[in-house]
Amino acid sequence: MKHSSEPRTHSKWRLVAAGTLPVSLVLGALMLPASASAAGGSVSIVAYSTPKPAYAALIKAFNATKAGAGVTFSQSFGASGSQATAVASGLPADVVNFSLTPDMDKLVKAGIVASSWDKTPTAGMVTNSIVSFIVRKGNPKHIKTWADLVKSNVKIITPNPFSSGSAKWNLMAAYGAQLSLGKTKAQATAYLTQLLSHTAAQPSSASNALQTFLGGEGDVLLDYEDDALYAQRQGEPITIITPPQTILIQNPIAVTSNAANASAAKAFVAYLLSTAGQKVWGQQGYRPVLPKVAAQFKFPTPKKVFTIASLGGWTKVNTTFFTPSTGIVAKIEQGLGVSTASG
Amino acid sequence: MKSRWRLPLRIVALGYLALLVVIPVGSVFYRAFQHGFIAAWDAVTTPDAVHALWLTLLVVLIAVPLNTVFGVGVSLILARHRFRGAWLLDAFVDLPLAISPVVVGLALVLVYGKTGWFGNWLAGHGIEIIFSFPGIVMASATVALPYVVREVLPVLQEIGTDQEQAATTLGASSFTAFRRITLPSIRRSLAYGVTLTTARVLGEFGAVVVVSGAIAGRTQTLTLFIQDSIDNLNPVGAYAGAVILAILALVVLTVLGADREGRKAKWRSQSDQSPSDSEMPLPSTTSILMSPMDH
Amino acid sequence: MRRSIGKVLRPAARATGPTLIVTYLSLLVLLPIAAILSKSFQNGFGSFWTAVTQPEAVAALKLTLICSLLVAAFNSVAGLVIAWVLVRDDFPGKRVVSAVIDLPFALPTIVAGLTLLSLYGPNSPFGINVADARIGIVFALAFVTLPFSVRSVQPVLAELDRETEDAAASLGASSSVVLRRVILPSVAPAMLAGAGLAFARAIGEFGSVVLISGNLPFKTELASSWIYSLSQSDQLSAAAAVSTVLILIALVVLGAIGIVRRRFNVGEAV
Repeated sequence: MKHSSEPRTHSKWRLVAAGTLPVSLVLGALMLPASASAAGGSVSIVAYSTPKPAYAALIKAFNATKAGAGVTFSQSFGASGSQATAVASGLPADVVNFSLTPDMDKLVKAGIVASSWDKTPTAGMVTNSIVSFIVRKGNPKHIKTWADLVKSNVKIITPNPFSSGSAKWNLMAAYGAQLSLGKTKAQATAYLTQLLSHTAAQPSSASNALQTFLGGEGDVLLDYEDDALYAQRQGEPITIITPPQTILIQNPIAVTSNAANASAAKAFVAYLLSTAGQKVWGQQGYRPVLPKVAAQFKFPTPKKVFTIASLGGWTKVNTTFFTPSTGIVAKIEQGLGVSTASG
Repeated sequence: MKSRWRLPLRIVALGYLALLVVIPVGSVFYRAFQHGFIAAWDAVTTPDAVHALWLTLLVVLIAVPLNTVFGVGVSLILARHRFRGAWLLDAFVDLPLAISPVVVGLALVLVYGKTGWFGNWLAGHGIEIIFSFPGIVMASATVALPYVVREVLPVLQEIGTDQEQAATTLGASSFTAFRRITLPSIRRSLAYGVTLTTARVLGEFGAVVVVSGAIAGRTQTLTLFIQDSIDNLNPVGAYAGAVILAILALVVLTVLGADREGRKAKWRSQSDQSPSDSEMPLPSTTSILMSPMDH
Repeated sequence: MRRSIGKVLRPAARATGPTLIVTYLSLLVLLPIAAILSKSFQNGFGSFWTAVTQPEAVAALKLTLICSLLVAAFNSVAGLVIAWVLVRDDFPGKRVVSAVIDLPFALPTIVAGLTLLSLYGPNSPFGINVADARIGIVFALAFVTLPFSVRSVQPVLAELDRETEDAAASLGASSSVVLRRVILPSVAPAMLAGAGLAFARAIGEFGSVVLISGNLPFKTELASSWIYSLSQSDQLSAAAAVSTVLILIALVVLGAIGIVRRRFNVGEAV
């Protein structure tokens, strides 16, 4: 029986395959990074996903200063909660910057950030923002207020409040807005029910929510103002509406207690909180925490801006509203689900 | 099959494929090059992108061969031996797929992370798995574990062991019998298995994002880079990156010949009138063993 | 000389092979699954049960199971038809089509999700909008599991001995009889294997489905998404508990499929 040609090709390729393994192991050894030995040292930043472009500008500006000359950075961006969990599980980080305080509390609990992290002139915050409405360009449905959101022809997009910090800010902005309009807590909760029943989708993250909205879903997206401004700068066909009542989004920052390069990290955070650094933040669409710098920018001024503190602080709010299955929001979703689920 | 079925089947198959695969994949290519080739090229040649590509290639070069060897080994065990726990081994190989990738990542952190089961032991021996390269390889290998087994095992079970038994009776070592008889017969299904494994490893995101720490320029694979691009409203970068992944998968597919269709493997018969496998006369086995192997 | 070395090495080699395989399986699968199990029962069986019977979990699990079973069954048939056309038919561009089939695997789930949303969502150029509906979920799951449904049947179809079919046909059997009694029994084990894998992948799938599904609680939220929410809400134990349920379901389904497949293969070398 004639020996076919298939094994010939086969063994040739097997040799190729066998050869790549040792080659790749060598390549791998070369690829793995050597420990940082740059002049000013290396600082590792672990942050939530939105400020990545801002940090590109900030690092550039910092490197131009005396304190920041020669400092290199390693950067990791992702969903705020996941990033906090990663650092708690051992991801090396010198500077941590999250989208809401509970994520920082996770690290305090894990002993990675000192409990005195918020005893600073800015209460541990590095940037502010507000919850805004993102609508289609030209605002065809004339959405201006929280009441407009729950009109019958309006579909809302907000991330899922149990998987996204951004969604929590959105819902507390809605709740707090009702309270500031003079409604009772019960009425505010009823409003939340209306709002959630008008959602066309509740994507798992703020990024997914923006993509869903840009993909044609819904009439209005609830999002951070800085995220909206960035989208606008990227040329997306949107209009940003500032609601008359909204919550002040405050983003915490800290240097970890086990930072590998504490001095450079502290210098960097000091820069971020300096007038120069805050100005860069402002240019990137974030409201500076330094009032003097904030005044230089023309951010919209809603009639009423309240903080999470006025609603009880995140620890209390998280437990009361956002505990899966037992929190107020969970109960609302369950109620809505019972009426709409078809088995 | 009667020829009157040929056209309807073809239409149904191609229609389904067009809707479900060809159009979506084509759309990815379209969006990558929507603003021109240069824009796409620039987006994927930034230092971070290039590093992400290298990292992904490295992961593939290690995870895929490991899974292949494992897959062939498990297939041989399951095809040739009956033992009581066989169905369990079979099921456990598929199980990683049922676990959401993020949970796979979290589970790996639970076992190999600093605060995990082996955290202290690993730290004591200076081994970094989580948030480092080995962790990415492990996560990728886990989610792509069953594909080689699922391709190779059914073929091994169908063709049976008569040929190898004949060979070893004639004096060949198990390894020679494996190399010259088993391997050629599973060549095509192995090619499919390796292709699927490679594609899966290339495209893995959820488990890798958890175990890698997503450090740009260090532990950021191409899929993580793509997610980053989407987060930063840089769709060209994202889709161009996806095109690279698709091209890599196509390269592997073509190199392995998994896209080639044909009749039965040539070694089994020269014509369609040959006897079925179990009646294959011994002389053919001998002639295979004694014919010179080309290298 | 080679033979006697072989006699010495063979028992050792025979032992190392399975040992290495079991080690590999342990490091990659068994230990992580054990960690998930351990985490689910961390606070006792009571809290495990609570986590698993919460209304969101039940709704999500139900939806996931129904959609995954539908997709596995449907894609098995679709995979057979497509594999048939690829193996037995010939047309211009066949190699291209065959090459494209594996690509859904290589695409990161976010890209798959975005692409499906743009093509079959509100901005669909074809006017097909399956977003925020259960049909969208099935669609996305079919997308990610199709390569496997096709490739599991394809090699078996290609190796199929045609003479039995030809003999049956020449004896007067109709196409449907040939299909039912000759072809299907041969490919059934492979189809089942493919269906099992499609099912397993479908119940764990997150990224490619979560965008087009709309992720609405109690309506289009899948188990994978609920698990993600639990993990992001600092309820890792509950997340592990729901994952354990999925793993158990997969184990049962895969085990059943494995047993049925072995029944088919009895009579051949197993």
